[in-house]
Amino acid sequence: MSQAMSQGTKPKHTLSGEEIIRCTGVNKWYGEFHVLKNVNLSVQKGERIVVCGPSGSGKSTMIRCLNRLEEHQKGTIVIDGIELTNNLKNIELVRREVGMVFQHFNLFPHLTVLENCTLAPIWVRKMPKAEAEERAMSYLKRVRIAEQAKKYPGQLSGGQQQRVAIARSLCMSPKVMLFDEPTSALDPEMVKEVLDVMIGLAEDGMTMLCVTHEMGFAKSVADRVIFMDRGEIVEQDTPDAFFSNPKSERTRLFLSQILNH
Amino acid sequence: MTDNVQSVGLPDERPPANTVGPIAWLRNNLFNSWYNAILTILVLGLLASAIPPFLNWLLFRAHGFDATSTVCRQDAGGACWGFISEKLRFIMFGMFPWEQQWRPLVTIAVFIALLVASCDRRFWKPWFGLVWAAGLALVAVLMWGGVFGLTYVENTLWGGLPLTIILSVIGLAVAFPVSILLALGRRSNMPAVKVLCVTYIELIRGVPLISLLFMASVMLPLFLPNGVSIDKLLRAQIAFIMFAAAYMAEAIRGGLQAIPKGQYEAADGLGLGYWQKMRKIILPQALAIAIPPLVNTFISFFKDTSLVIIIGLYDLLGTAKAALSDPSWRGFYREAYLFIGVIYWIFCFSMSKYSQKLERDLNRGHRR
Ligand SMILES: Nc1ncnc2c1ncn2[C@@H]1O[C@H](COP(=O)(O)OP(=O)(O)O)[C@@H](O)[C@H]1O
Ligand SMILES: [Mg+2]
Repeated sequence: MSQAMSQGTKPKHTLSGEEIIRCTGVNKWYGEFHVLKNVNLSVQKGERIVVCGPSGSGKSTMIRCLNRLEEHQKGTIVIDGIELTNNLKNIELVRREVGMVFQHFNLFPHLTVLENCTLAPIWVRKMPKAEAEERAMSYLKRVRIAEQAKKYPGQLSGGQQQRVAIARSLCMSPKVMLFDEPTSALDPEMVKEVLDVMIGLAEDGMTMLCVTHEMGFAKSVADRVIFMDRGEIVEQDTPDAFFSNPKSERTRLFLSQILNH
Repeated sequence: MTDNVQSVGLPDERPPANTVGPIAWLRNNLFNSWYNAILTILVLGLLASAIPPFLNWLLFRAHGFDATSTVCRQDAGGACWGFISEKLRFIMFGMFPWEQQWRPLVTIAVFIALLVASCDRRFWKPWFGLVWAAGLALVAVLMWGGVFGLTYVENTLWGGLPLTIILSVIGLAVAFPVSILLALGRRSNMPAVKVLCVTYIELIRGVPLISLLFMASVMLPLFLPNGVSIDKLLRAQIAFIMFAAAYMAEAIRGGLQAIPKGQYEAADGLGLGYWQKMRKIILPQALAIAIPPLVNTFISFFKDTSLVIIIGLYDLLGTAKAALSDPSWRGFYREAYLFIGVIYWIFCFSMSKYSQKLERDLNRGHRR
């Protein structure tokens, strides 16, 4: 995959230093199973983070806690100054500002591509329909799928559906975008079209957390790579340091498995 | 590998001759094995022996619409359609005052117009609810009267087709939103709501409709304070609504269960509230899936309105039975039941056909 990426031309950008996500001592259990163990994470505005780790290590669970699709049981999660608690109002406020892209797209099959994109702005942000459609079209253009706006998701390929899903999230003007293995369900020839859209987003300064196994993407785009194993953040570093000089044995093992298959 | 590369496409060929045409169809569908051939011949024989006598009775030896019962009784080998023309207005409108029967006739027309218009998805807008409200108000004025110079007609005199339509259409229209709430409640995270809905649904489903109607007509008055009485028709209507809501709730629950978790998560992730999520994302998909079982409920419910006969209301079946109790027309039950059977069938078959069309329309464009 890494050939697809233009290595070495990583866009320069400076971080504001402003913190947008802060997780402190986050723990979560599924019944008896301790799935997140004391996760501490701080993300700055504009930062691009890639999360990797073996399957079942809790990557999805961690990023799903960030918009409360999963509930954590201990510790605090603060997103853009709002703490995630049982307060429904706060949860809805956070979800407005945090976009999420799923492995299986989860587009609404009974709505057209355009309607998928305008639904939340109209109903959640109370935006006038005409304005919502105009913005949706501009985002659909940006993910290069504007000509399919009147089609239904079922008529599109996987790569096209995932680009629509990204546009749908962007229409809410989120401050943070979460990606949970956005290319894992795609046929190989469609991975690049989705990664290209994500690279474009990164270049525009979007704050991103991506769970992905696309190491080429991590090398060329990420500011920081986080490695998780068995519910813990084992290591986090810049991509250069992470790939050339991993500190922990677990990371080395993971990298050797994923890079030499 | 060069053998496998074709530079020119192969030309299209016609299918082999023995796989197309009527002869091939017969061979493939009716005579494709010895036991299928035997079955085909048996069925054909059965039809040949049953259809001619039936047609004889129905048409060739039948007495026309002007026949009197005396004429019919002399030659009993054919149907007596004179019975239908003689009793038509009674079967259709029951005991509604004779010279006022244009009112239930217009009522039927209003309902049919509303139902036909409702089939068009372009009218599925909030304002169409107002059209329905206006239509129902018009029906109330027509049936009860007492205003605009119309004489007052007590609802104990209502009967026949208008009564069947009123009970089923209003019953279903009220039960439908209730059933959606019940289905959502049954899947709710709130234990109290959930227990309440499950108890209600299971209680109602475990009881025959007849006993519910009896309870509504006999037991309900016992619980009411002295002097307060609820009208018999209203009591039956409430029993129907309670009954239909429980069954429809289960049909809708089936649809809800078929919606993947990802749809809920995507809606949550966009910041939609619970009711927005249900109304815009979950219910449109769940109801589309639930159309076949829902229509099944509609159809059986439409026919079940005939049970009101046991509490002394005269719906279509009731008036037909009452018509047969006229001494001079006693015994012509074949004609009576065939006639109302055809009316029931027209309504139920239209519902079934429409639901198939709706399913096709809703699935067009998007496959899941
Ligand atoms: N709803 C759930 N109930 C119980 N266990 C779960 C649930 N979801 C995930 N798990 C378990 O939690 C662990 C972490 O899952 P996940 O976060 O999906 O891992 P990853 O995304 O890193 O592959 C896995 O062992 C998985 O089996
Ligand atoms: Mg995962």
